[in-house]
Amino acid sequence: MASELTRKTATELAAAVSGGEVSAAEVTQAHLDRIAEVDGRVKAFLHVSADNALAAARAVDDKRARGEELGPLAGVPVAVKDLFATVGMPTTCGSKILQGWVPPYESTVTARLRQADGVIIGKTNMDEFAMGSSTENSGYGPSRNPWDLAKVPGGSSGGSAAAVAAHLAALSLGTDTGGSIRQPAAVCGVVGTKPTYGGSSRYGVVAFASSLDTPGPFGRTVLDTALLHQVMSGHDPMDATSIDAPVPPVVEAARHGDVAGMRIGIVSEFAGDGYQPGVMSRFAEAVELLEALGAKVTEVSCPHFTYALPAYYLIAPSEASSNLARFDGMRYGLRSGSGSAEEVMAVTRAAGFGPEVKRRIMLGAYALSSGYYDAYYGKAQQVRTLIIRDFEAAFEQVDVLISPPTPTTAFDIGERADDPMAMYLADLCTIPSNLAGNAALSVPIGLAPENGLPVGLHVMAPPLADDRLYRVAAAVEAAYQSRWGHPLLDEAKGL
Amino acid sequence: MTTVSVTYEEALTRYEPVFGLETHVELGTRTKMFCGCLTTFGGEPNSQVCPVCLGLPGSLPVMNRIAIEYTIKIGLALNCSIASWCRFARKNYFYPDMPKNFQISQYDEPLCLDGYLDVSVNGQTVRVGIERVHLEEDTGKSLHIGGATGRIQGAEYSLVDYNRAGIPLVEIVTKPVPGTGSLAPEVARAYVTELRDVLRSLGVSDVRMEEGSLRCDVNTSLSPLGSGAWGTRTETKNVNSLRSVERAVHSEIERQAAVLDEGGRVIQETRHFHEESGETTSGRSKEEAQDYRYFPEPDLVPVAPDAAWVDAIRTSLPELPSARRARLIAAWSLSDLEFESMRNGGALDVVEATVVAGASPRDAQKWWMGELARRANDSGVEVSALPITPADVARVSALVSAGTLNDRLAREVLDGVLAGEGTPDQVVEKRGLAVVSDDSALLAAIDEAITANPEVAEKVRSGKVAASGVIVGAVVRATRGQADAARVRELVLERLS
Repeated sequence: MASELTRKTATELAAAVSGGEVSAAEVTQAHLDRIAEVDGRVKAFLHVSADNALAAARAVDDKRARGEELGPLAGVPVAVKDLFATVGMPTTCGSKILQGWVPPYESTVTARLRQADGVIIGKTNMDEFAMGSSTENSGYGPSRNPWDLAKVPGGSSGGSAAAVAAHLAALSLGTDTGGSIRQPAAVCGVVGTKPTYGGSSRYGVVAFASSLDTPGPFGRTVLDTALLHQVMSGHDPMDATSIDAPVPPVVEAARHGDVAGMRIGIVSEFAGDGYQPGVMSRFAEAVELLEALGAKVTEVSCPHFTYALPAYYLIAPSEASSNLARFDGMRYGLRSGSGSAEEVMAVTRAAGFGPEVKRRIMLGAYALSSGYYDAYYGKAQQVRTLIIRDFEAAFEQVDVLISPPTPTTAFDIGERADDPMAMYLADLCTIPSNLAGNAALSVPIGLAPENGLPVGLHVMAPPLADDRLYRVAAAVEAAYQSRWGHPLLDEAKGL
Repeated sequence: MTTVSVTYEEALTRYEPVFGLETHVELGTRTKMFCGCLTTFGGEPNSQVCPVCLGLPGSLPVMNRIAIEYTIKIGLALNCSIASWCRFARKNYFYPDMPKNFQISQYDEPLCLDGYLDVSVNGQTVRVGIERVHLEEDTGKSLHIGGATGRIQGAEYSLVDYNRAGIPLVEIVTKPVPGTGSLAPEVARAYVTELRDVLRSLGVSDVRMEEGSLRCDVNTSLSPLGSGAWGTRTETKNVNSLRSVERAVHSEIERQAAVLDEGGRVIQETRHFHEESGETTSGRSKEEAQDYRYFPEPDLVPVAPDAAWVDAIRTSLPELPSARRARLIAAWSLSDLEFESMRNGGALDVVEATVVAGASPRDAQKWWMGELARRANDSGVEVSALPITPADVARVSALVSAGTLNDRLAREVLDGVLAGEGTPDQVVEKRGLAVVSDDSALLAAIDEAITANPEVAEKVRSGKVAASGVIVGAVVRATRGQADAARVRELVLERLS
């Protein structure tokens, strides 16, 4: 059973540390103990940084002892997906090709987290280079779902979702390229947000698909998630695609969940064949709840969302084929083979990349090649424009859109490992928001009756309207909490 | 392989050469194109690098606005139109000196498009069309250790210096230049020379070919005279001096003519230029060229220079070499050849500065292109590198005009200044070089000379004025050259009238 400290929310921990009720070192130690106790089974972490974490926690305690005011994440243990560059900790992206690489520089997001007095407790497992929906593509073995250890925690940020769900950290960081935060959040029963593209800096985040990658937060509560969202966001001159605008008032929104009078649209394309009954019944229940809370719920058609998945599987691999070219054994990471530079590059890449990464590099190289560019990459970009227009048209009618985050609850480890298409379908509902660059989150709405596994609600908002997500999610969370009488995660039986 | 050889003159009786140039210029920005690393040349290997220019995982490029400004300057100076919106693209290929294994460049949306540069060869003006000017990042530099050639083939291992990686590089591509006939090599050279002068006047690059801050690829093709159809071109790389540009075109004309004469086919390929032999050898064939899989760079936002900014850059452009040429030729009444010899002699700036300091254009030219050019040549330096300032030369010129010095004395003053003895006035004083202009001192010497040459004096008295030269010469000799000959002559004639 988790200690009292690991059951607290990030908001509670930060207040307790700031108020001197508990030291940051104690909080960190409690989480390290919890990791030692259960992570052998969950395998959420690739690297637990006990010494670094305790040193960081003591620095927070010293700061308080000097009478300085502490930051908003005072002493809160945060688990970080292993593709954020962190000084003093390895960054492998779940790949053998980066085994042992310790970056000489820090990502903007983790630097902000440290500046807010958060404590990085370790680096979490992920699908290799964020390519996957289950963490099974990790070069270091899969993570497991704290609800049922035979199930996947989703992916690619599965380790970060599992870490928060298993109370190994109060908060965690992930990245969402096609659903890599929202889908694992949904299947692990936690909150996960993909902020507006450009709202959170990509500097120091190892790239999968540059035009889609979005760093974002996980938390067990809506308010915790908003807190990390706020801390990690904001303009960064080191990222040319970073938006120079104030961070939307997400914490404020999370404190005042309210959907009365809000116009909410159900995406009519995301239902039907392939959607698990329990996912759809919980979704229907959430719609009723929202109506009961005063929202005006209608159905909205976004006809081009049907083409989002194929467009994504041209754009993302194209960018990836170029982004991942630098892993060649010349400067860092794995080096295999001997002879000419070309031979070393080829042998290193053959040995260092897993099958899914190779598949996507080949897909992307093909889609970009001369003579095929217009038919594949070019056409996919046109589809992207149509999807943006669908969103724009929808957001003229409604304030937010909703859908299931993913068609099913967590699936068995190994179930889809040999069927890439089945795996890709896990991101069917999340991908449009990445292609359009807008904001979206997943918030828990109960368990599927048929298997007792968590189901989430997917909320989508226009770019820079991230606060609307939290307004809806906080209202939903509050309503369900009062119905259930306890947090959903209390029902997790995996551990 | 070709066995026959064809002389250049022969080749031109049957073929029409067409050439084009791709010139890479390293911009002289203080920092690199996408990060804050310094661009200084010659630093310790890998001392001017950071996560961004090393392409470390997770790093991102951020555009250097000065590099964009410099590129727009170049575009405007080359009469190009400036794109109101354009994007960067990734050019994907694997090479160890390229940290990301792609180069951030521009593909189908260059910053500057469709301009020209007029160049002058033997007084004839040729308009060289500019296809595009675009901005990209430079790569690192490989050093191949072991092996005979210093090339990668046969090397034991290679070292890479990434100091150069990420330095902004502008590529200037000409349109094909037809119709220059036997002058093609010289026009190619004149184009690079003029381009270099333009870039230098803009202050956007130090344009040092020997340091690699200006590098040329030369495209050459031949077509049978009068056929109207253009032949297959070759691209000659590694052409890194003005002379080499000329030689590369020359040698490709001869080589391709020999291939065609034999009924062969010119292969579209990359060729390497060899400084020692002046010839080119085959490199990689373009027909098996790699696919660079260009696509828009997703880590950068599009560049959209607004019209006001472009106008401000346009207004701030300095006088360009062509305008300066026109101005100086008119103001100084120069011939094209006089101007070119001054420009090619590297004397334009010092001559103009000397004129600004008060000398007449003729005098300024006379001293710099004559006496001083000779001395520069003797000591193997550029005339502008001599230890004498345009102000010094203007002063010497003024002293001559005022009659204080004659030409012979003036040369001695220049000697003194070059030897570090001070300003012209200080040299005159120290060496006691002023012309004797005190009439009473001169009259004594004149009387002596008249007495010594009574017959000559008589001739002058009788109207044979020309004979006075003997007396004048004697006076000048007697005063050891410090007498002003013209004044002496006046006085002699007065005396004997």
